[in-house]
Amino acid sequence: MMRGNRTLTIGISLVAFSLMMFLLSFIWTPYDPLEINPELSLTSPSWSHWMGTDENGRDILSNIVLGSRATLITGVLAVVICMLLGVTIGIATAMSPKWVESPAIFGTDIVLALPTVLFAIVLAAVYGPSTYTAVFAIGIALSASVAQVTRREVNVILLADYVTAARASGSRNLRIVRTHVLPNLRASLFVQASGASAIAILAESTLSYLGLGTPPPDPSWGRMMASLQQYLIIDPIFPLWPGLAILITVLGFNLLGDGLREALDPTLRRDVE
Amino acid sequence: MTTAWYVLRRFALLIVSLIVSSALVFLLLRLLPGDLAQAKLGIYGTPEALAQLRTEYGLDKSLPEQYVSWLSKAVRGDLGLSVLTGADITSELLGKATVTLPLIGIASVLAVLIAVPLGMLAALRFRKWDGVATSAVSQLGIAVPTFWIGVILITIFAVQSQIFPSGGFPYDGWSNFGEAMKSLVLPACTLALAQGAVLMRFARSATIDVIQQDYFRTARATGLSRAGALRVHGVRNALVPVVSVLGMQISTLIVGAIIVESVFALPGVGQMLLQDVNIRDYTKVQGTVAATTALVFVVSFLIDLVLGLLNPRMRQR
Repeated sequence: MMRGNRTLTIGISLVAFSLMMFLLSFIWTPYDPLEINPELSLTSPSWSHWMGTDENGRDILSNIVLGSRATLITGVLAVVICMLLGVTIGIATAMSPKWVESPAIFGTDIVLALPTVLFAIVLAAVYGPSTYTAVFAIGIALSASVAQVTRREVNVILLADYVTAARASGSRNLRIVRTHVLPNLRASLFVQASGASAIAILAESTLSYLGLGTPPPDPSWGRMMASLQQYLIIDPIFPLWPGLAILITVLGFNLLGDGLREALDPTLRRDVE
Repeated sequence: MTTAWYVLRRFALLIVSLIVSSALVFLLLRLLPGDLAQAKLGIYGTPEALAQLRTEYGLDKSLPEQYVSWLSKAVRGDLGLSVLTGADITSELLGKATVTLPLIGIASVLAVLIAVPLGMLAALRFRKWDGVATSAVSQLGIAVPTFWIGVILITIFAVQSQIFPSGGFPYDGWSNFGEAMKSLVLPACTLALAQGAVLMRFARSATIDVIQQDYFRTARATGLSRAGALRVHGVRNALVPVVSVLGMQISTLIVGAIIVESVFALPGVGQMLLQDVNIRDYTKVQGTVAATTALVFVVSFLIDLVLGLLNPRMRQR
């Protein structure tokens, strides 16, 4: 069995697990995630509450299931923004004349060097912490690296003989993008989107841990982590749960990206042998 | 391309990056509805008081004028005064940096010490269980949120066995050296583990690269063992990409420091920034973010310079 396929299998399973949790949150949670039960405050895991209850007596498992929404929705929206922006900028810069390309590369380099979370903190300072601030900050910050990778790949594609042939037969830029560039980019875009999802989800949980993400009462894994951390003296298992949820999702997308890359690029499979 | 031309071009890039990024930060924070004078005076803002404060802080001038006057002072190390508290931003920032910079420094060294040996192990024994296990741990390390590592370290070393403090920093700072170091151990380890996992991947692929080189095969042919040949040729070659990646990761390290300071309640730059965001002290947020991004650009400039001088091939990028 190829190693790439094993990575891909584990990645797909973990991502599927997170997606199922996300879908489940719309149909059913073990308890009402927002119901406050003072008499059940901070109980350790038991048969009735598998992951225990938080300081307000809310079921942690139900909150983890519901919290997948904030994390996954932010992650997916941020990735949509970063792919749309990044791919457009990447293709446009690769196809423009040199005097446009150089400053554009330079601009991407500047955005690349800016710390994502710092940028999000500034946006949160200006517009107040919200899901949308987080989505935009993460999306714009990630688009720079997508633009960079896309530009390099498009430059290679544009050198191919079939592009020259298309040009010679009178095809204009837009037509070349549609019929030659985008289809050849597809594989790389899947890999990039998967990697970007992992980074976006990690960034979202970091922002909400710092209190700059989805505001209460909607649960998010990062904020659950920040509040349950205060009670680890009572039971150290409490802060373990949201961390585990983040780990499974991020690891899933990372492995999915690696697996896809190995599956799509045969030269990578034997990098060690 | 000559060395002088390379240095000059890279320096020009640095200056433009600094101007563009500081303008971006300045504009983002000035495009707010309402203004700083309103924010400071609140309900006590009579028109006369507002006008006076605006003149005092130069808010009555046009945006480009404000930016140029702020930038020309910032270049000389004067980030101005906090609108809310009136404190000198530069001196407060420097005070907080005495916690943040040592944290980043110790963590970087630790991260390299973790990443290089483990990365080499993972590369050398990729088919054995321990090599595979090391790679798997690195994958996990990349996916784990930094704050989670921090919480786990607190649980083990501060709550269950009370070896290190669970957070905070001595009130008298570095004059209490022992205590100060002790309170940085867990935060630095947290940051180092998170960063080390990323670096390990680079150390691993750099080692795989070395093993496939002709000089490595020649060294093996002269009778050196795999480990011996790696000691002579591998360590240094694996270290170069790791250090350059560490340099490129300086922005990740700074963000990591903000998170770690939040987990361990360390009174550093990150904590200050988050507090300022909460109380909406825009001049301080502006100064802190501008100074931090400037640091990121200057460090990456220095690293590019060193790598460019060491390795002529880098200059052609």
